[in-house]
Amino acid sequence: MFYSISLYISLAIFIGGLIYKIATWLSRKIGVDSKDIPTSKRLSSALRGIILTIFSVKVLTLIKIFFLDIILQRKVLNEDAFRWLTHILIYGAFMLLLLMHALDKFITSAIFSNYSATLNPFLFLRDLFGALVIIGICMAIYRRFILRPPRLNTNPMDTYAIIILAIIMVSGIILEGTKIGSYSLYKNMVTDYAGLEEGEEEFKALTAFWVDKFGTISPTIKAPFENTLLEKGKELHEMSCSGCHSSPQWAFIGYPIARAFKGAALDLDKAGIHTLLFYIHFLACFIGLAYLPFSKFLHIITSPLSLLANSVMDKKESDPANIATRQTLELDACTHCGACTSRCSVGIITEEIENVNILPSEKIQSIKRVFYKKQTDESKLRLILDGIYLCTNCHRCTDVCPAGINLEDLWFSVREYMFQRDYPEFSLLSPLSFYRGLMRESIEQKDYQKPLDIAREAIAAECDLMRTPDKVVTLTPADKELQSSLLLSDQAGTFSACFGCQTCTNACPVVAAYENPKEVLGMLPHQIMYATGLGIRDLAFGSNMLWDCVTCYQCQEQCPQGVKVTEVLYELKNLAIKNVVKKGAQ
Amino acid sequence: MKFALFLGCTIPARLTQYESSSRAVLGNLGVELVDIKEFNCCGYPLRNIDFKASILASARNLALAEKEDLPMLILCKCGFGMLKHADHILKEDPTLRNEINTTLKKEGIGYKEGIEIKHLLSVLYHDIGSDAIKEKITKPFKDLKIATHYGCHALRPSEIVQFDDPVNPTLFDNLVALTGAESIYWEKRLDCCGAPLTGVNDDLSMDLTEKKLANAKQSGADFLCDACSYCHIQFDTVQGMITHTTGKNNLLPSILYPQLLGLSMGIDGKTLGLAENKIDITSIEGFLLE
Repeated sequence: MFYSISLYISLAIFIGGLIYKIATWLSRKIGVDSKDIPTSKRLSSALRGIILTIFSVKVLTLIKIFFLDIILQRKVLNEDAFRWLTHILIYGAFMLLLLMHALDKFITSAIFSNYSATLNPFLFLRDLFGALVIIGICMAIYRRFILRPPRLNTNPMDTYAIIILAIIMVSGIILEGTKIGSYSLYKNMVTDYAGLEEGEEEFKALTAFWVDKFGTISPTIKAPFENTLLEKGKELHEMSCSGCHSSPQWAFIGYPIARAFKGAALDLDKAGIHTLLFYIHFLACFIGLAYLPFSKFLHIITSPLSLLANSVMDKKESDPANIATRQTLELDACTHCGACTSRCSVGIITEEIENVNILPSEKIQSIKRVFYKKQTDESKLRLILDGIYLCTNCHRCTDVCPAGINLEDLWFSVREYMFQRDYPEFSLLSPLSFYRGLMRESIEQKDYQKPLDIAREAIAAECDLMRTPDKVVTLTPADKELQSSLLLSDQAGTFSACFGCQTCTNACPVVAAYENPKEVLGMLPHQIMYATGLGIRDLAFGSNMLWDCVTCYQCQEQCPQGVKVTEVLYELKNLAIKNVVKKGAQ
Repeated sequence: MKFALFLGCTIPARLTQYESSSRAVLGNLGVELVDIKEFNCCGYPLRNIDFKASILASARNLALAEKEDLPMLILCKCGFGMLKHADHILKEDPTLRNEINTTLKKEGIGYKEGIEIKHLLSVLYHDIGSDAIKEKITKPFKDLKIATHYGCHALRPSEIVQFDDPVNPTLFDNLVALTGAESIYWEKRLDCCGAPLTGVNDDLSMDLTEKKLANAKQSGADFLCDACSYCHIQFDTVQGMITHTTGKNNLLPSILYPQLLGLSMGIDGKTLGLAENKIDITSIEGFLLE
């Protein structure tokens, strides 16, 4: 009764959760393009897309992906054989346990008329599958908590997943062990199937046989036994029990557990240990089921969907409504496995720049919180945007994602969406913008230019002198700190040798590109060198020249004084950004 | 001859023909290339933002190659310049080297003595040599005029990169000449392609690109030849965008050096990824001597 009620409750929560998730996939909006597409359009486009794909040649691609990437997990294998084995063991063997053992009433019994959980091959297979899942869980624990590859983060959801699986498996095998040794269960079964009662001579014979061969722990009947008694017991066993019971030694994990606990077995049996374990076992399963739509186990459904959708979709050709839906689904398809982060081209810089959102596996989790409205803290949101922009768009995360998530497209959509909040993003003023520049035709013109202007303006806003050119400047070094902070590289200190000959400015292709360069660029290279020498921070930081420098090194190569002009400009850029970020944080 | 091939971020994602053509040509010349999967960003795009982060990214690559005890072969000039720069700084600055090594040690690697860092063109010219290349040229070009684009970060700062004479370089011209093509002189040959400002200041970036291409064309070039991922995308993809926005006709198509060399070695256009170029360059095959 309790079993059925809890099963139905968890099933109801599972189904309700799933419906809720599907609703979010169709309604949440990621990216600028999805903002005007209503849910009804998303639903109809999704259905239309699915039907059109299934009845086209693309179905062949779907079949291929289903076998290679979903069943055989090719993408995981290509990246990391250890992780592949871990996952195959857990998911493969767990699926088999689910089908053969958990759903035995519906599946195994239907196929095999003589099915009994305690009969071979089922008895042996249950333990085999269980052992494989447990090996997989141990490997996962080893990877996440002992091996700990660089930059692999383990969040509470990862830990939950391992714990709930471990509870299901461990309670299962101990349950099996206590049932093997249990005298009370034995007694009830003998009454039901052999019609014998305690005290009868035949009962004693059968019990002797079971104590001797099947690991039953009897309070009264103990070894050694006479052969004749065992012979008789065997006869009775073959008459009433052997149809459903193979030798329990085939349960190669459960049986040793039964033997290990044999000293305490009788007391535990009296205390009803197997009932307790049974409750733990099925409740863990039902909690896992009910919580599945809200946990990382949802990837059992979403990762295959993401793999299939991405195999037949294309940014240029697919319906924007379907891309919007796919991108929300992808947020739920991430298993937080860390494959993307281990291959991230800029992952290493998190050692220097403290922002976990640089790592793709953490970025997607943060993005999820943004779109589920769980992250509203302004400074955290800015860090997320920073993290998303500190990316070389090398596509490696997308290539290796075992859930097939098109991460690069996701970053692109979220990046443009977050720019609409008008946060100044200073990484825009670097070659990291190369990719965005190449993609400019897919961004609306006004949306394209605005964040660039905001970033420049935010830096210039900190530079009073650039805005008030008439202000009198003192000639004593205004900011000694500026000069002493130009020490990052071995060369930027050379600015002090500048005598203002303008060779750098004359060599500069950026200066040469303008009719009236001062108007557009603010300070010119030689002036910036000189301003730096004078310690006038505003003039050094506030010029467009800094951000329009192409770093061609013409200036530096030609400087007669050996001033490392380009290096100085590089460092001023670093400092200008640090300066404005620091002020923004205050 | 064995090198660790450093592809960087851009080539595998957006310029696969540079990789395939380089592999084809180097394979033909008997160079063995080792792929190190763990290589990461060269650090170049990060320099504007955080100097130390860029050095750290660079140093990790150097340390990975050092672990395998292999010299590095780099296709991209910005990557080449950055790695050379990081190598220089790590050699010169023991404090920084220690800090970087403390971080790298977590992964069991470190920058010790450094390894040789070479650009593709240097390997072809210095390590393989003109004679060995000439032997492989089976279908030289005839009457083809090429404007060679050297690329800033290979040439300058010259004391660090030591690629060629920064004022009057000849290495690339000589390599082009090996294919039978004529490398013409043009005024802007040592100037910036404009790529560092793509996405930052597109008008200026495109202006620099356009001026360069126009100058090369005026000087009589049939094609522009480059050997850097950023430069090539600028001269190819961005040139396409310029054409698209301004309505001007194709100024000058550009070809990657290994594509040019590969064609003269008789390697087929498909292997060299000619069709991957955004601006059609197949007409260059018409210049091959049959």
